[in-house]
Amino acid sequence: MHPPEDGKKHRSRRNFLGQALTAAGTAIAAPSLLQQTTAAQAEKPAITPKPGEMSVTLNINGKQQALAIEPRVTLLDALRERLGLTGSKKGCDHGQCGACTVLVDGQRVYSCLALAVMQEGRQIVTVEGLAKGDILHPVQTAFIENDGFQCGYCTPGQICASVALLDEVKRGCVSAITPDLSTPPQLATLSEAEIKERLSGNLCRCSAYNGIVAAVQQATGQAPPSPAAAMLVREPEEIPV
Amino acid sequence: MKNFAYVRASSVKEAVQQGSNPGALFIAGGTNLVDRMKVFLDEPAQLIDITRLEMTQIEQTGAGLRIGALVSNTAVADHPDVRRNYPMLSRAILLGASQQIRNVATVGGNLLQRTRCPYYYDNAFACNKRVPGSGCAALTGINRIHALFGASDQCIAVHPSDMCVPLAALDAIVEVEGPQGKRQIPFTEFHRLPGDTPQRDSNLEPGELITAVVLPPASFAKSSVYLKLRDRASYAFALVSVAAAVEMAGNQIKTARLAMGGMAHKPWRFVEAETFLSGKSATAETFQQAAKIALQGAKPLAHNSFKVELAQRAIRRALAVSAKGGGVA
Repeated sequence: MHPPEDGKKHRSRRNFLGQALTAAGTAIAAPSLLQQTTAAQAEKPAITPKPGEMSVTLNINGKQQALAIEPRVTLLDALRERLGLTGSKKGCDHGQCGACTVLVDGQRVYSCLALAVMQEGRQIVTVEGLAKGDILHPVQTAFIENDGFQCGYCTPGQICASVALLDEVKRGCVSAITPDLSTPPQLATLSEAEIKERLSGNLCRCSAYNGIVAAVQQATGQAPPSPAAAMLVREPEEIPV
Repeated sequence: MKNFAYVRASSVKEAVQQGSNPGALFIAGGTNLVDRMKVFLDEPAQLIDITRLEMTQIEQTGAGLRIGALVSNTAVADHPDVRRNYPMLSRAILLGASQQIRNVATVGGNLLQRTRCPYYYDNAFACNKRVPGSGCAALTGINRIHALFGASDQCIAVHPSDMCVPLAALDAIVEVEGPQGKRQIPFTEFHRLPGDTPQRDSNLEPGELITAVVLPPASFAKSSVYLKLRDRASYAFALVSVAAAVEMAGNQIKTARLAMGGMAHKPWRFVEAETFLSGKSATAETFQQAAKIALQGAKPLAHNSFKVELAQRAIRRALAVSAKGGGVA
């Protein structure tokens, strides 16, 4: 990874988690610091592309970012290696684990399978862009309050996926286990099974799943969320044939 | 990933012209292509980004529901007409991959995704699909997920798509445009059996671009199901999957459609079983016989004979649920 070019102190994940656990609910400065960093980078003139590179401008967390990159650079690598936005994590790098999940035009995608040059003109939001200044996104607060992480590596992807999940339910999207396709579930009655199915594109190797499900339940406005959402095994209904 | 030249096509005509360049490939969602490029299975000299083309509409036409090739999987599955009239297509899409992939994966790209045979993905092994003439490590390897029908002694891989299974059952039409102009391909003739050229998955000609998939009107499709069986509850490819549709007239089967995934190098239609079902009573006995007819030509390999029984049970269940009006199978 390139060192921060502006010399400003970057917040580490450990630092973030430490503060989050000791001062849950209080203001967290990370987003504003990162915004200063990205604003400083955006003021720099675009770098002249080297042979094999292309000039692209990406809209990330509301800021235009000029880059000179090879077409083969994924959105994930552009975010992490070029822009210092290390919230999105590289897990499997093959679209299987979800740690790299970001929002593109409001929809969740795996940034490891997206080519950065293809994202021009699209609105990209990473975990760093979810908080409004010092105010955390309700899903971020819910993850802290329900301990939706252990090692925390999958957390940025889980949070981005959960933010998208809430929006999808609001828009009336169905899932593979929605019993009746003409009756999409509502946030207030979204079941554990629906939450689990809809978050199945994100893996957590610590198995913090129960806290994650509880966090999503809280974010849907369901109260109170189950203290530790129960492990649910779906037994298929017996169908006489 | 090897570097490549990147161009963004601004019209179908321009895309088709560029598509004939040596080493050129189209890219839309890229969820399978980028993944393959990362492990050097594909090393295109040029990628033609088609995502800005006007192929993003779902519209009712005289021929049926026309779905533009760039419509995302999510948009198809959530479309009111698809939910209402072709529920097995909605379910099949929603049972495939994850929301993050379905949001960017396109209808056209779904048809062109390649097998997940592990020997194809691992270049330490021989694979005629990856390197024609190099052999097939799956033949004598762990062939648990491989084909029961239509395989050759050069390739026993199966087609991985969920979406394509109901499209085969629905007699969908694939619209393509290429250097020789436009043409329509019946869905069941779009994909190929491996034969001596397993490196070719489809009957697309070089430079041809999928522009749309058309679903003909089908009253039987309203009571349809998609049943997918896999090693875990979510986000995995099917061991076997069934797209079934049964239209009833009283307690008598008027029309039936039956196609399966995980069976062959292409979505596999069971026409003989469909014919048998027509006019029969919807009973457990009827469904059992249909399942037996469907699987009678199966050629199991060393590790996948379990699929023969699994497939028959899946067919029986899918037909039973479909005859009762459909829903979650």
